[in-house]
Amino acid sequence: MPWRLLRFGLSKKHPEPRMFTAHDTLKSSYDVVIIGGGGHGLASAYYLARDHGITNVAVLEKGYIGGGNTGRNTTIIRSNYLTPEGVKFYDKSVQLYQDLSTEFDLNLFYSTRGHFTLAHTDSAMRTMRWRAEVNKHYGIASEVVGPEEVKRSTPQIDLSCGGHAPIMGALYHAPGAVARHDAVAWGYGRGADMRGVEIHQQTAVTGIEVKGGKVVGVHTSRGFISTGKVICAVAGSTPRITDMVGVRTPIYIHPLQAMVSEPMKPWLDSILVSGSLHIYVSQSARGELVMGASLDPYEVHSTRSTLDFPEGLAAHLLDMFPFLSHTKVVRQWAGMADMTPDFAPIMGLTPVEGFYLDSGWGTWGFKATPVCGKTMAWTAVNDKPHELITGFSLDRFRNYSLTGEKGAASVGH
Amino acid sequence: MKLMTCPINGTRPISEFVYWGEIRPAPDANTCTDDRWADYVFNRNGAPGVKKEWWCHTPSNTWFIAERDTEKDKVLRTYLHGDDK
Repeated sequence: MPWRLLRFGLSKKHPEPRMFTAHDTLKSSYDVVIIGGGGHGLASAYYLARDHGITNVAVLEKGYIGGGNTGRNTTIIRSNYLTPEGVKFYDKSVQLYQDLSTEFDLNLFYSTRGHFTLAHTDSAMRTMRWRAEVNKHYGIASEVVGPEEVKRSTPQIDLSCGGHAPIMGALYHAPGAVARHDAVAWGYGRGADMRGVEIHQQTAVTGIEVKGGKVVGVHTSRGFISTGKVICAVAGSTPRITDMVGVRTPIYIHPLQAMVSEPMKPWLDSILVSGSLHIYVSQSARGELVMGASLDPYEVHSTRSTLDFPEGLAAHLLDMFPFLSHTKVVRQWAGMADMTPDFAPIMGLTPVEGFYLDSGWGTWGFKATPVCGKTMAWTAVNDKPHELITGFSLDRFRNYSLTGEKGAASVGH
Repeated sequence: MKLMTCPINGTRPISEFVYWGEIRPAPDANTCTDDRWADYVFNRNGAPGVKKEWWCHTPSNTWFIAERDTEKDKVLRTYLHGDDK
């Protein structure tokens, strides 16, 4: 290793190819323009190139790759959802995830941990049983277990949670996993880049040109480009983009915060989630506890974090693990979650021809990155929704046919 | 700590308040179309900007209106319903 480092020290130019090609100029037209260089956008570009042979694609990113919610989530991957639409969709995503490290030749540190969703009330137990039955029907490893199973997996836990929220049982999902979120975005980005897709960072979209109900081009901070197809994968910035094409959506933006502790020896193997205590926690490969909570209680379009958040989260964490009382918090941050009324995403076609939405990813988007890329690429190519995303169409809010995922999407709602 | 000013009780920690969303006039249920009604039920103005919102100071159950910049998270002014002069 030191010799290799020496090569970097002595060489006047960077001796290895960069992860991504830097493009000085935008072309005047592309077959597909993807707005948003996060995991979802880059995965869409990757599958457009790999599965459909469409490489005249530009990914436009206002900031830097994976700098939005891709780099701000708590990296949990699971498929134990509530609705048949959700379960089938997320299961496909978990399957895709398991092969990604090999496919990218890049270690994503994909680590299958087992995932417990703790239930502290009768009504929570009811939802767990419901989820377990739906999951099992679709072949997902998912079962209701008693408190003793939780204790066996994580002996450090206080099953009474400080006496005020005793754990009655849990939904156990063996395939539950964590992975390095940046690596997912970088892997997809490099895969797309190698196949000829252009990734343009520091390039903001300032307008979208629509003529006769059809997308004809995109105005950017670096000039106009013409295109017939636009995929919008911008999470918390979705309403700004949909306003450019006059598409109304139910999406509203609340911040979601997370934090990590100082690193410690490995002790927490499983991923633990508690809806009642508004917490999810896992231990990263670096030894940090990665923790998140529920949404901030009101609309804000910024990524500033607050003091109330670590206070509240720490209190709940101590209910579960009193021995952590001297643990320090080293980082906290926030992301802008694009929430929907039924806690399911909004994907596919819109009233504007050639404008495809991959949005409404609220607090549950990271785990869906591969399947979103795959289905959005298919949808844009065929101009009709992929069969896995028909339950997530924007139309459902006109037809009152919602996809109620609230009981499984995240905590504290 | 974030703060909010209740028109009756003065400036208090924001944890004493609940947010009830942007003020949206309801269409007339008897005359409006199904599409218009669905739009009212579900769709929101999700882009950032200065919005007029319902807030409630929960200990005193005081409902009032806050004008807030949702990008800077800055409350510009608060007043009781009907006091918008």
